[in-house]
Amino acid sequence: MPKVKINGEELEVPAGITVLQACELAGLEIPRFCYHERLSIAGNCRMCLVEVKPGPPKPQASCALPVGDKQEIFTNTPMVQKARNGVMEFLLINHPLDCPICDQGGECDLQDQAMAYGFDRSRYHENKRAVPDKELGPIVKTSMNRCIHCTRCIRFATEVAGIEELGATGRGESMEVTTYVRHTLQSELSGCIVDLCPVGALTSKPYAFEARSWELGKTESVDVMDAQGCNIRVDTRGAVVMRVLPRLNDDINEEWISDKTRHAVDGLRFQRLDRPYVRKQGKLAEATWAEAFAAIAAKLGNLEGGKVAAIAGDQCDAESMLALKDLMDALGSPNIDCRQDGAKLDGPRGSYIFNAGIRGIDQADAILLVGSNPRWEAPVLNARIRKRYLHGPCPIGSIGPAVDLTYPVERLGAGPASLRELVDGKLSFFEKLKAAKHPLVIVGMGAVARPDGAAVLAMARELVEKLSAVREDWNGFAVLHTAAARVGGLDLGLVPGEGGRDVEGILAGCEKGEISAVYLLAADEIDTKRLGKAFVIYQGHHGDAGAHRADVILPGAAYTEKNGTYVNTEGRVQQGFRASYPPGEAREDWAILRALSDRLGKRLPYDTLDQVRSRLVVVNRSFGAINEQQPGSWGPFGQGGSASDSPFVSPITNFFMTCPISRASRTMAECTASRGQAMAAE
Amino acid sequence: MSMITADPQDVPKVEHFAFTPENLEKAKALMANYPPGRQASAVIGVLDVAQRQHGWLPRAAMDEAAKLLDMAPIRVYEIATFYTMFQLKPKGRYLLQVCTTTPCWLRGSDAIMKACEEAVDGKTFSLQEVECLGACVNAPVVQINDDFYEDLDADSMKKVLDAFRRGETPKPGPQVDRQTSAPVGGPTTLKSE
Repeated sequence: MPKVKINGEELEVPAGITVLQACELAGLEIPRFCYHERLSIAGNCRMCLVEVKPGPPKPQASCALPVGDKQEIFTNTPMVQKARNGVMEFLLINHPLDCPICDQGGECDLQDQAMAYGFDRSRYHENKRAVPDKELGPIVKTSMNRCIHCTRCIRFATEVAGIEELGATGRGESMEVTTYVRHTLQSELSGCIVDLCPVGALTSKPYAFEARSWELGKTESVDVMDAQGCNIRVDTRGAVVMRVLPRLNDDINEEWISDKTRHAVDGLRFQRLDRPYVRKQGKLAEATWAEAFAAIAAKLGNLEGGKVAAIAGDQCDAESMLALKDLMDALGSPNIDCRQDGAKLDGPRGSYIFNAGIRGIDQADAILLVGSNPRWEAPVLNARIRKRYLHGPCPIGSIGPAVDLTYPVERLGAGPASLRELVDGKLSFFEKLKAAKHPLVIVGMGAVARPDGAAVLAMARELVEKLSAVREDWNGFAVLHTAAARVGGLDLGLVPGEGGRDVEGILAGCEKGEISAVYLLAADEIDTKRLGKAFVIYQGHHGDAGAHRADVILPGAAYTEKNGTYVNTEGRVQQGFRASYPPGEAREDWAILRALSDRLGKRLPYDTLDQVRSRLVVVNRSFGAINEQQPGSWGPFGQGGSASDSPFVSPITNFFMTCPISRASRTMAECTASRGQAMAAE
Repeated sequence: MSMITADPQDVPKVEHFAFTPENLEKAKALMANYPPGRQASAVIGVLDVAQRQHGWLPRAAMDEAAKLLDMAPIRVYEIATFYTMFQLKPKGRYLLQVCTTTPCWLRGSDAIMKACEEAVDGKTFSLQEVECLGACVNAPVVQINDDFYEDLDADSMKKVLDAFRRGETPKPGPQVDRQTSAPVGGPTTLKSE
């Protein structure tokens, strides 16, 4: 470990880090524009200059200089100050200084650092250069006059997002950051370049001129657009969610989030259910809570339990799912399911979580994707796989849809037959998996959400057991969910009880008239036409498919409007916090179920959120460990038998519209319009 | 205030570009200079081959080069826009690259520039002002396609241009009585045996 002296203070630092990182360890902030922890080092903004001894008698770019033993680093000498002042003056020569009309104002690196290093007037009398703005699609707004050529966006697109579309053309004063050919960025992570841009050259198009950063309330929360559980910060002004930004979490999303996570929130303003409705003479009419509850009580009061069923949606919090489960138990109904897509997952916990953890991807040395298109199902996780691919040799194979995942993939086949061959060791990829110390088998919903899903799951289990991929120090069996609520639902046992029906059974029962009442807890991804003549209670936040068919609508809260617990695909329990209140008469979901239970004479045993959460821990101990990944138990699961020949198909056909919120979002509609054709081609 | 952009807007649309078999051969030979997997290093050479074939570099040619070299098109655009030797717009049959850096300027490049400006018609001649061509000893210098024409003045420049216009190729090098960079009128030293 090299010993360095920083401003006279001795410090021992890890070998191989840069001078800039060493200074950060010493608690010193080095100004920078181009340097970013998660991107390659460019060293072109020159803002991070420091004085280093021994070395040439001139300032050095600390971001690109490795630390050496007995190095003396100075960050506060007159030379350093003068050099940084000079760099800042150069950067500002062509910068328009239009902060009052710039969306980055208030959270701009250049603005902040100009406070410390800027000169109070310009010595440059020539005209500033003018650069045409670029068209990068519905997410990213450009104002290229402001660009200082740090190249962070180019490096992000090339390295993390894996789309080589951004570049710097021209030279010297005519250098510009561009796609050259005008088109929308073909990435699901394009919004991240807005966060990375240290100036206002790239700003958020949907959020343009909407708000200033200092007038926003900031709430830490968890994303529900996919099952990865990305950590987000929800920025609100009054009751309106203005934007969503990523939060740092190295275990889950590092500091990236997908465009859907970031921009679907404008859907929270449209199509909202803000009061109860009851269907009268075939038409939904506005009602009070008491009337809605009365209508439900009149219907459910004299039904036997077996005629009632409940389906939980893909974005529900654990609290409301628990309340639903308890209510169904109280009504004596075993017909409950949280797997709208019909995924055949209900075994031990190890059979339905991403056991290796998202961090485990970094450790894996051979990856197999089964029936999964992670680029659409979990874009940030896909970027993590790409990071692993860039890090060093790691064969990646795929059985399933042929899609561009931004890294090379050896395609082994399309359906269960190929998986069978692989398990039997007939494909050469088996040897690669066998040779790996940490093989990772990622099973997507495309493989298990089908009638023969149990057989496919059994094959996948056979494979990992053959590979000895499930052992004390490593569990390479990883299920990649698409629904944020799924693992939580399975943890709470929202699967059919003894003699109960699953989603398919419930719908079939409705058609035949064997099920008389269905409770949809924000469940919109089912074929509502098949609900037949059943009495449908829809509790949710958007007027989507479920609400259209409902006989009684109970307005609930969206994920930004309630304190909720979510379990991500790796089985990590996380809590999101309320950023604003639900609109109108809408209420938190568990409280609605609790109130309804009282009206039905089956009062649930909790009155406060804390009591619900205590009950969560009673039902499943893993809810007691917040933010930790609880290992899943392993045991036999899946079902033998033959699988059909039909190929695995990813459940997502349009990445931008997968839930009621994103379907109501105008930004997502624009994204669909601008990238729809390209997606269809893929 | 001028608007800068590397992406020319007013160029004719070229839908399709394909290397001729000979040129493809040349490009492959250039790629063979580099180890396997590093074929992208041949990009400048390959672009030059494409430019010589087409006369200038349309985007279709850059895309074709990108495909051949297995690199992202944007990486080729970056290179093609960086080097001024790549012509991103159609040019005349002869590209007049007039050096106006100090030595040439002191020796009268203004007159050369004027003569060339008068000749430019976009079809036969195109004009480009360039920085030092490295032939200061023979200033002023104009590079016409691949050849240097040196020791020019307004008259000799016009003669050279007239010759090109007639379809002839005037002799490259000094346009005065001079052998390469040797003194005018023959050697002045080391004359004895």
